Amino acid sequence: MDNVLIARSLFGTTMAFHIIFATIGVGLPLMILTAELIYQKTKNYEYVVMAKRWTKAFAVLLGVGIPTGTIAGVQLSLLWPGFMEVIGRVMPLPFQIEIYAFFIEALFMSIYVYAAERISPWLRVLSLILVALGALASAVLITNVHAFQGTPAGFRYENGQIVDIDPWAAFFNPGFAVTALHVAVSAYVVGAFIVASVSAFKMLRNEYGSRLYRFHQKALMISLVMGGIFSFLTAINGHAAAQYLHEYQPEKLAAAEGLFETQSHAPLAIGGFTDRETQEVKWGIEIPWALSFLAGNSFDTVVVGLNDFPEELWPPLFIHTLFNVMVFIGTFLILIALLGIAWKWILKKEQWPKFFLWILVLSGPLAIVAIECGWIFACTGRQPWVIYRILKTADAATSATNLGAISILFFSVYIILGIAVVSVLLYYFRKNTVLDDFERAENKGIPLYGSNS
Amino acid sequence: MTDALLAITVLWGFVFIYAVMATMDFGAGFWSMVYINRDKTTATNVANRYLSPTWEVTNTFIVALVVALYSLFPKATYTLGTILIIPGSAILLLLALRSAFLVFSNIATEYRKPLTYISGITGIIIPGILISVLPITHGQAIDHVDGVANLDLASLFTSPNTYAFIGFAISSTLFLSSLLLADYSKVSREMHAYKVYLKDGQIFGPLSLAMAFLIMLTLRNEAPWLYDRMIADLPLLWLSIGFFLIAGLGLFLPSFADKGVRGMPRLAVVATILQYLVASYVYGKAHLPYIIYPEITIQEAFTDPNSFRAVFTTYIVGFLILFPGFFYFWRLFMNDKQYLRQVGEEKE
Ligand code: HDD
Ligand code: HEM
Ligand code: HEM
Repeated sequence: MDNVLIARSLFGTTMAFHIIFATIGVGLPLMILTAELIYQKTKNYEYVVMAKRWTKAFAVLLGVGIPTGTIAGVQLSLLWPGFMEVIGRVMPLPFQIEIYAFFIEALFMSIYVYAAERISPWLRVLSLILVALGALASAVLITNVHAFQGTPAGFRYENGQIVDIDPWAAFFNPGFAVTALHVAVSAYVVGAFIVASVSAFKMLRNEYGSRLYRFHQKALMISLVMGGIFSFLTAINGHAAAQYLHEYQPEKLAAAEGLFETQSHAPLAIGGFTDRETQEVKWGIEIPWALSFLAGNSFDTVVVGLNDFPEELWPPLFIHTLFNVMVFIGTFLILIALLGIAWKWILKKEQWPKFFLWILVLSGPLAIVAIECGWIFACTGRQPWVIYRILKTADAATSATNLGAISILFFSVYIILGIAVVSVLLYYFRKNTVLDDFERAENKGIPLYGSNS
Repeated sequence: MTDALLAITVLWGFVFIYAVMATMDFGAGFWSMVYINRDKTTATNVANRYLSPTWEVTNTFIVALVVALYSLFPKATYTLGTILIIPGSAILLLLALRSAFLVFSNIATEYRKPLTYISGITGIIIPGILISVLPITHGQAIDHVDGVANLDLASLFTSPNTYAFIGFAISSTLFLSSLLLADYSKVSREMHAYKVYLKDGQIFGPLSLAMAFLIMLTLRNEAPWLYDRMIADLPLLWLSIGFFLIAGLGLFLPSFADKGVRGMPRLAVVATILQYLVASYVYGKAHLPYIIYPEITIQEAFTDPNSFRAVFTTYIVGFLILFPGFFYFWRLFMNDKQYLRQVGEEKE
């Protein structure tokens, strides 16, 4: 394998691993905050027990999210020094400001967990809000660098030289708002459906009508409402994201849709595989005119096809599949959230059908799959550019040659961490059952958060 | 002061803060491992109580450091990224294992021992590799092939100077962390633990000093340019030794404030930090203007003026926003005597 390919695989794997923990790290604090607020309002301690258990899970996940993020941040300079040189000069602000967001998250997370019993309720809520805001801000800011890679701004590129640098114009590059919003709302989708998965699984494991069944059902309802709202927002905003691709990175949209000829009234291809030889999408379903409408809100919109670009600048064609999977999961999640809410609140049923609960168990992993597909689509769909039409990936890569062995070490560490984190979570929640936490919450003398930490 | 000088001063400040915090962090992790089998003393508990709320904050500093480096000196990124790929990756791998298992050891209580061993041992290796970045920037171990800089690992790891740095990093990590934990246990009124850490400080203090001398001794042969410039600041080097001796007094003399207690750990901690400050100032000043000797200087690597202004503005705003947070944090975990004592009593 050549050096650049190894660097791409290594960095892609790091990101694909980090993003699992990072996304949950953004999404879960909002769920914790919601539970904590419901508790402050209702004083029903079941909600504080939820908040505590989710916080513990969050703290464990941070133990992997933070070091893998640190790896990501440093690897950017180690593997793509050419890229970071440009970023350092033109786009340093997001990384810089992100540090403050990390600090806020780290400080108040420690305060919320390790001083929970020493601070007043409103300070607890405030700490949580700051944790949630810190996590959100770090996601938005790092995404801004990614947005800049797609829509570079704030400098002029002349004869291979970067001149006229305006770091704030780079910060507010055209892709920022839509991309950051998409990442933020999709992270809340993940946070909600991860909780839904676990709650649904626990409902399957506990007898209908038992105290635990009802406890998990409460958690499930919170997550379905949150999940429903945010997956709806994700879809709306995803539509805007596609329109922005149409405007700024037409070859990415063309590859995502398997469109070769530039045309108005362009069809939308769903599913199937793009065939480079015959220039068509095989085994897909075609909806006439739909792509033009999606791209520009009118059937007359001319959508640019791949043939308008030299073939060596085409993104890989498999991104069509990644895009489809993301959109399919997004639609599916909206539907099951609506179905679940209707079941409980409109049909007023207490008992949940087993097969539906099993579908809900799948919802969390599906949301993660959507995140992975979305990111690999966005990063791989930018190829061969690392900064769109400015810098090629191959030119940004390190010239070091011993990357193979290093990659194997990193992959092994990710496997070790992955196995360890799952084992620790299973161990902890098996040892500290919901009933144990109920007891701690009922007896005022025993600390709930401090227990076993 | 030119902007480039201002920038390198900020960077040096970050390195210094991270060095102190990381020393305490990695050291506390190591001591928590060493004393895990001693049921009688609460030394492990003291170390953990310090460590649990702080490791995340400390870790953020290393990220801040890397970010500051490529935002302020982007034109050094290419060379630094290339030559540091091996040591950088080693640090990242160890850091990942260390942080994760530190968290796991606090959650999976039945498996605390093996998990603490993993985080303690990986943790104490990290400072050694981190500090090897310094001898790398001295330039002897860098080869140039077709205009691209490459690290020559063999020459790096056959140099006695490198080992002097590594030895210094590990011994001073253990030294400063034991001082801090001595202070921490004294405030918590855990005298057993206090005595243990005081004794560790008495062992590792002289060892660190010896290592520091060893660095100078080997530097003289391997990077004479740096050695000569450091010696030019001889008065400051004496001052640094003076602070070290004050720290020694803080370790061995009976306390003025508390009758019948040997040692003034707070004094020792402060004196040692001042000693680091002075010594690292001398080192940093001698290293200027080179980031990597002899080809990358701060002026050449410096960012564009507009970007510098913007970044510097965020430093000021960020500091103003974060400072109250840090202060509150410090008060809550390090200076709340009632809390510390109460936790101390519960554990006994
Ligand atoms: C729960 C996750 C999730 C869900 C359900 C969706 N997305 Fe998404 N999508 C992401 C998670 C995501 C992401 C992982 O967060 C990405 C990767 C890069 C980015 O900006 O967000 C992304 C990128 C992304 C892009 C590419 C942006 C770029 O290349 O810069 C488009 C066009 C869409 N999405 C469109 C949609 C549409 C039309 C959806 C319809 C439901 C949708 N997404 C659902
Ligand atoms: C967190 C989720 C992310 C995932 C799963 C992800 C995935 C990937 C993958 C698979 C590649 C290799 C692309 C290829 O060569 O085909 C890649 C490259 C890259 N990504 Fe991302 N990425 C993520 C987020 C980001 C963000 C937020 C940034 C911006 C800071 C970023 C910057 C880069 C860079 C600089 C490269 C290397 C150059 C290139 O191949 O274009 N990535 N990423
Ligand atoms: C868009 C995708 C990303 C999201 C949503 C995201 C989000 C987060 C979050 C929420 C954290 C806090 C830890 C946690 O909760 O697990 C975190 C940690 C971190 N992330 Fe990511 N991240 C993303 C991509 C990246 C990339 C591309 C980099 C590399 C430049 C990066 C660098 C870091 C670093 C350095 C940390 C550790 C912070 C610390 O030390 O406190 N992240 N990330």
